[in-house]
Amino acid sequence: MGGRLRLVARLAGRDVHRRWSEALLLVLAIAAGSATLTLGMLLHNVTTQSSGQSYSQTQAATRGPDLVAQSATLDNGTTSPADLAALVALSHAKGVVASSGPYPMATADLRTPTVTGGATVEGRSESPAAVDQPLVTAGTWVRPGGVVVERAFAQAAGVEVGQVIRLNGRAFTVDGIAVTAAFSPYPQIGCFAGCFGPQSFANDAVGLLWTTEAGARSLATASAPLTYFSNLKLADPTQATAVANAQDNNNYTKNPGSPNGPYLLSAQQIAHEDNNLIVNEQIVVLVGSTLLTILSIASVAVLVGGRMADQMRRVGLLKAIGGTPGLVASVLMAEYLFLALVGAAVGLLGGWLFAPLLSSPGSGLLGSAPRPPLTVSSVLIVAGVALGVALVAALVPALRAAQTSTVRALADSARPPHRSALLVRLSARLPVPLLIGLRVMARRLRRTTLSVLSIFVTVSGVVAVLIVHGRLNSAEFNGVSGLVNPRTTRANEVLLAVTVGLVVLAAVNAVFITRAIAQDARHASAVTRALGATPQQVTAGLSLAQMLPALIGSLLGIPGGFLLYNAAKHGGQSETMPPVPELLAVIVGAVLLVAVLTAIPARWGARRPVASILQAELA
Amino acid sequence: MSDTERHRTQYTGAEREISPLVRGRGLRKEYGSAEGLVRAVDDVDLDIAPGETLAIMGPSGCGKSTLLHLLGGLDRPSTGQVWLGGQRLDTMSERELARLRRSSVGFVFQAFHLMDELTAVENIELPALLAGCSPRAARRRARDLLEQVEMSDRATHLPSALSGGQRQRVAIARALANEPAVVLADEPTGNLDSGATLEVLRLFDRLHAAGQTLVIVTHDERIAATADRLVSMRDGAFVDETRLAGGTGNLSSLIGIEA
Repeated sequence: MGGRLRLVARLAGRDVHRRWSEALLLVLAIAAGSATLTLGMLLHNVTTQSSGQSYSQTQAATRGPDLVAQSATLDNGTTSPADLAALVALSHAKGVVASSGPYPMATADLRTPTVTGGATVEGRSESPAAVDQPLVTAGTWVRPGGVVVERAFAQAAGVEVGQVIRLNGRAFTVDGIAVTAAFSPYPQIGCFAGCFGPQSFANDAVGLLWTTEAGARSLATASAPLTYFSNLKLADPTQATAVANAQDNNNYTKNPGSPNGPYLLSAQQIAHEDNNLIVNEQIVVLVGSTLLTILSIASVAVLVGGRMADQMRRVGLLKAIGGTPGLVASVLMAEYLFLALVGAAVGLLGGWLFAPLLSSPGSGLLGSAPRPPLTVSSVLIVAGVALGVALVAALVPALRAAQTSTVRALADSARPPHRSALLVRLSARLPVPLLIGLRVMARRLRRTTLSVLSIFVTVSGVVAVLIVHGRLNSAEFNGVSGLVNPRTTRANEVLLAVTVGLVVLAAVNAVFITRAIAQDARHASAVTRALGATPQQVTAGLSLAQMLPALIGSLLGIPGGFLLYNAAKHGGQSETMPPVPELLAVIVGAVLLVAVLTAIPARWGARRPVASILQAELA
Repeated sequence: MSDTERHRTQYTGAEREISPLVRGRGLRKEYGSAEGLVRAVDDVDLDIAPGETLAIMGPSGCGKSTLLHLLGGLDRPSTGQVWLGGQRLDTMSERELARLRRSSVGFVFQAFHLMDELTAVENIELPALLAGCSPRAARRRARDLLEQVEMSDRATHLPSALSGGQRQRVAIARALANEPAVVLADEPTGNLDSGATLEVLRLFDRLHAAGQTLVIVTHDERIAATADRLVSMRDGAFVDETRLAGGTGNLSSLIGIEA
């Protein structure tokens, strides 16, 4: 048994060594899918297990609250004395060991030289607070006539210390930049003060500023009255979420000013809100990894198919010297399973190394991005998927090769081509390049199907990316001119990376498939040229054999993209239909890209000397 | 007079007054370089008259097939000139050569080289389709040719369902699809048994009688005996030429094969 294993390992190893460039491509194809799968799982771990390292660090540095309370308001948005009293009373409630506030919070129109939008402005004492004292990272804390800007918002708006901004038309100097744990950093602030508060912002691109209490009060208007916030420290911080949940927040939003009292949010809930920064990326990465895995299967299948065709004589030799079909299949499979494991290892390492770039908490919190731990289950899943890819792609060709008769394998005779009478009949009426292209396509239906699948998956991914991109950049996110939404920016970067990955892998597939087609059709091409087809006609035919599946795959990919988006979106997100010219550009672009990519292998296939190919058939 | 010069005068068919359909001058084909240099065709001069059947014989590897490829524009000579129907082949682009092959040359190969996925009639009509013929006309011509090679009942058979002789008859029919000026046959009976060889030779005999120019590369003296002229090759060069009676007549007795 040991000897047999050694033999299988040695034969597989020799073949990998002999054809290392193809082995490298196999590893890279599997590594691409494995890396994105690893990234998706690591980001999932970050969001579900909420390591919250950066939030905890920020909470400690800013004396962050365990609970933040916002006053209830009347229908017209004003806070009644009773509601304010209820908020004040919370500071003396059982289990509360320290508090700060209530602080008035105003909403104001913000104008900077580059930004026009909305801001929430909290009025604070110039002296440090016992709970929630934002940590100034640049400049100083609030002074009369000045504001301190939350760091993530400052970065998005391009605001710096010393700059003058206008709030409701009044000039304020930016005295400092600070971070806090009492509110989620920009752009999440809107979903707390805005979504549930009296001022319902049309978007969550709302920044947080601090000024003096007098300054905040001066910004209040009849249509945008003040609300109040308190920060509470509990004797048992772990109970904060339970306390917040006990308060019927849903009822609060439906019926502001109800006897349910103030709206509460725990530190854990705020920390969880922070994770929204990476939720979009996680979805994009997971969908991207699924698509890349499918493309990896196509890549591996094409590569394996091509290698198997070249390995027939070797198979014949193995069988001639006594190798059983089982041994032959084992040797072939061992090679691909080994390469799949190497690809998985490379992908795991790559995904793990890149994860901090995507799991970064952003500039609104302190500390750098933690490197998410690579769990045993993640490793097993990635390795399992990689092995599955190799198994799915290589099993059938390996078994087919193992079952080929020894004599035929030694003769290295090609697998008989498929005949499609309909396509032969149809192609007779078409110009010569189309005639050749259609017939080449029909010869290998499995390979043609892989071509269609490869482009379908890529175009589906690109269309889904366009929809997500359109949604991210719609008014829902970017209603404020001149502001950068860090969620959008990062999600767009991930979308770009996934798109590039998809296009590159699809491009590699197109080249592999055309090369395999050119190799497989070398005899037919040589005969066709001997009968009078020009090299240009054969080149065009071989390219068309890829462009036609690309066209079919692209056309199917448009509805595929919509289905993919609808399957992957979370919640009731609306979809923004990409403009028709954009979709047409995707189809035309995909077909043209395939045409360009296949031109070289097709030209290579069509220009090989006819006489030597036909003579080789006799050898 | 050097040997080469003597051979040139001897094998150019200078005594024929009709201008040659195929002409080769100083044809040389080399592979490799320095010590690894192989001269597959070495300074060959050749004229073939219209309607003539020329047989080329010689041992394996003497350059017969390479010469045939040079004459048909499938390969280019390292040096020397080739004309077909007054057109010089060795200076033509690949595209021009393809067009010339399409209109003026028919190839018959030892390994048949039929398209496995196409039926007999589809194989035969392919050159006509490549030449831009309408599908209807191409199919009509293919059926006529199938009838000529007595294969009408096998029109819709795939090559895998045909015997060697039948495949070669289909290949010959395909070679005639565009009514070429010359048919170049490379060991056309090399893969066939005696019966199939006879079938193929009968076809060539009929083509010869109809005035079709034929160049047949063969190992088999009996097949060469059916030609108008026989040249022998060794080490890439012509070493002998014999003018024969021609193939029309009692073919079976001539080549010693009983039908």
